[in-house]
Amino acid sequence: MQIQYYIFLAIALFCVGVVGVLTRRNAIIIFMCIELMLNAVNLLLVAFSKMHAISPTAIPTAATDAQLFVFFIMVVAAAEVTVGLAIIVMMYRNTHSIDVNFLNRLKN
Amino acid sequence: MNIIHLLFWFLSGLALVSAIMVIASKNPVHSVLYLIITFFAISGHYILLNAQFLAIVNIIVYAGAIMVLFLFVVMLMNLNADTEPPKNRLMIFAGLISGGSLFLVIIAAIKKSDSITNLVQLNTGDAGLIKNLGKALFSDYVLPFEISSVLFLSAMIGAVVIGKKN
Repeated sequence: MQIQYYIFLAIALFCVGVVGVLTRRNAIIIFMCIELMLNAVNLLLVAFSKMHAISPTAIPTAATDAQLFVFFIMVVAAAEVTVGLAIIVMMYRNTHSIDVNFLNRLKN
Repeated sequence: MNIIHLLFWFLSGLALVSAIMVIASKNPVHSVLYLIITFFAISGHYILLNAQFLAIVNIIVYAGAIMVLFLFVVMLMNLNADTEPPKNRLMIFAGLISGGSLFLVIIAAIKKSDSITNLVQLNTGDAGLIKNLGKALFSDYVLPFEISSVLFLSAMIGAVVIGKKN
């Protein structure tokens, strides 16, 4: 399988996430689209690591390092989801809505 | 066209269709369920690439923990299709145009690259096995590993502090 199909798939998933962030107003759906974009990047990193593994000039540990980067991205995403959902719950408690357009001011 | 290529196209189509359904469906619960399907398809891609550890972690962490958290918050707030705010047609149109042109620009920039036809090693290779990843994680990457535990602790404390009633 050529790397270009993985690149196109990851770009398509990322752009679906971008369109979701731009068009939806539900804060939870916007948050899920951010997760989708993170996963598209993870998929591309894993595909590049396997492309690099059969390259003749490959550094021996590079493929393993790339997959550990993906692991750390997942760790950061999990921490981000915890804080982000707490903020959304707090926002719902204050405004009784999760429409992001209600939050167009930083004050009050 | 052997079975691995068929599986690649099937998983790619499944991931794309369910990703589009995530942003197209009215009900947030359906969005969460479609996103779980997307994560399973991406895990299938990891298995095809012989990154078994990441496939399992993706299922456990994303489809298991994070999406259950999302589902819990959606059901806690009692969000249904009726509570969805009315849509602004112009905003949807502008978002689609922006996302589509981003897609076209990146594709057009990458299409001319020489190394785009490099092959990806499918179904073989030992880079993604848990033995090699564990060795690298606990020797070269032990400091980031420990720092990520501090990150988790601070995220946990932050969530409790934000969610606390005052």
